[in-house]
Amino acid sequence: MKRIVAIALLMAGAALLSGCPKKHNVIEQPNAGSQVSGNQGDEGASTSSRGLAGDAGTQGNGMGGDATGPLGRKVIYFDFDKSEIKPEFADLVAAHARNLTGHPNFRMKLEGNTDERGTREYNIGLGERRAQAVRRALMLQGVAESQLNTVSFGAERPAAEGDDETAWAKNRRVELVYGP
Amino acid sequence: MNRRTSCLVAIGFMLFCSRTWAELVVEITKGQADAIPIAIVPFSSPEAAAASFDVAKLVSDDLARSGRFRATDRKDMIEQPHTGAAISFDDWRRLNNDYIVVGQIQPLGQDRYNITFELYNVLNRQRLLGYQISANKPGLRLASHQVADMVFEKILGIRGAFATRIAYISVLGSLPHKDYRLIVADADGENPRVVMQSNEPLMSPAWSPDGQNLAYVSFENRLPSVYVQFLKTGERRRVSAQAGVNQAPAWSPDGKKLALTLSTRDGNLDIYVLDLATQALTRITDDPGIDTEPQWSKDGQSLYFTSDRAGGPQIYRVGTQSGDKPRRLTFQGSYNARPRLSPDESQLSFVTQEDGGYRIATMDLRGRGDVQVLTKGHFDVSPSYAPNGAEIIYASRDRGRGVLALVSADGRVQERLVSSEGELQEPAWAPF
Repeated sequence: MKRIVAIALLMAGAALLSGCPKKHNVIEQPNAGSQVSGNQGDEGASTSSRGLAGDAGTQGNGMGGDATGPLGRKVIYFDFDKSEIKPEFADLVAAHARNLTGHPNFRMKLEGNTDERGTREYNIGLGERRAQAVRRALMLQGVAESQLNTVSFGAERPAAEGDDETAWAKNRRVELVYGP
Repeated sequence: MNRRTSCLVAIGFMLFCSRTWAELVVEITKGQADAIPIAIVPFSSPEAAAASFDVAKLVSDDLARSGRFRATDRKDMIEQPHTGAAISFDDWRRLNNDYIVVGQIQPLGQDRYNITFELYNVLNRQRLLGYQISANKPGLRLASHQVADMVFEKILGIRGAFATRIAYISVLGSLPHKDYRLIVADADGENPRVVMQSNEPLMSPAWSPDGQNLAYVSFENRLPSVYVQFLKTGERRRVSAQAGVNQAPAWSPDGKKLALTLSTRDGNLDIYVLDLATQALTRITDDPGIDTEPQWSKDGQSLYFTSDRAGGPQIYRVGTQSGDKPRRLTFQGSYNARPRLSPDESQLSFVTQEDGGYRIATMDLRGRGDVQVLTKGHFDVSPSYAPNGAEIIYASRDRGRGVLALVSADGRVQERLVSSEGELQEPAWAPF
């Protein structure tokens, strides 16, 4: 099992190294010259120091296929307009807190999200509030502040499409992402 | 190196794409009953085939789109004069036209053209306008919008905004592979150009007061940063990449500063002012609630913003001098957010919640603060005033898709801008 995990990690690393950088391009107006700048500050190319935990990759996009234990679950869902962590996610938070305290070199990014309702920038605030709620819960269980970072995508990165409560419930979430 | 090459390839691809980008189509969803009847006669052009551009149609579309004019159908024109001397005023009067525009396009050689046009009052036969505009072929579209602007202003006394631009975000693709684009187009949705593309979210485009730069939020590297991009060259600068939130850029009226939303380590969002030349940051608000969505007053002395310090989001105003205490402006309803000030500062437009839906509302700033809800949608957000204050463009949804829509500032005229692809979001109307 250990061996398989190691191979998986190697493969993930290789994919990261060989993979194309993410596209974010500045396009000048067609009738202008062709000066292009930008793409500053991308230090994400170095992957060697990436600490992976649990049994999934670095992109926490929901529940990994066969990962059923609390460590395999990396998404916490919220009620409308709420940032309180519901009791059903206590196990999940506790498991990740143990994992992080047991591996002080591990880092986690908490990605806060909202459903599409309301104004976009205010939703960034609500997403941040959710990410902070999870950060506080982890810190209360001993995780060091330096291990945690938050980011809010507001309503900009939905997990599910649709203008109904089924989709909205999947989008009001914090994703726990292990990474550098 | 490798990285740069692949980016250049992607840019080449995008330039190709931007030309084939689907254009917006305007649907007037609610017109004005007392629209002014006007005839825009097709312009004569000796070398029509060379120009292959219909000035009169564009002028007529612009005026009709404003909702304030009803353009006479060409089928109903019994004659097509091109000069004032050739107009049979009695005939046009019988067809119930209040105004008539006639004109010509003359080729000047070397791909340049002269557009000559005249505007007449049909009832008293008075010549109200007579102008000549010269343009090269790609400039004919802009020149035609300028004709529409002049006619609009002469008749209504309001400066036309047809020759202006809009920026917006378009999201293509389906989960988990989304493609976010920042687009600049003419105010009628034509001529769209992709100015920035990313596979992480782009947000909150804001025009500099001189219309030459766009500030926006980009989540490239999965972290928010605020960029300022010079549109002529595509050159851009990352102006804010603080730890935590970097959001909601708003230009000061002199174009030298940006109001921004930043956060502390524990996630408290407050409004700051960034001096673009010195990078100096001044904190404007300091409250444990969410303070965001700033917008400057014209004199640069105060900021309007959203705050949920009292529970739900409401709109406040605060002086930019330190120590000023924010004053709450909205009291009706539990959700009022993202204020935008009309160009003459007579009203505020914002998003309000009504019957479970998010809608565009205005508040009178000069009288008693009357609130009027202008739209009837469920997801109407991101209002932005036309630079003449006559219309508000906003983001709406139509059969599950993100579309852009327009409503006149008095709510009487409504239109939808329909694009054949993509989710359209966050329109921002450029200054004159």
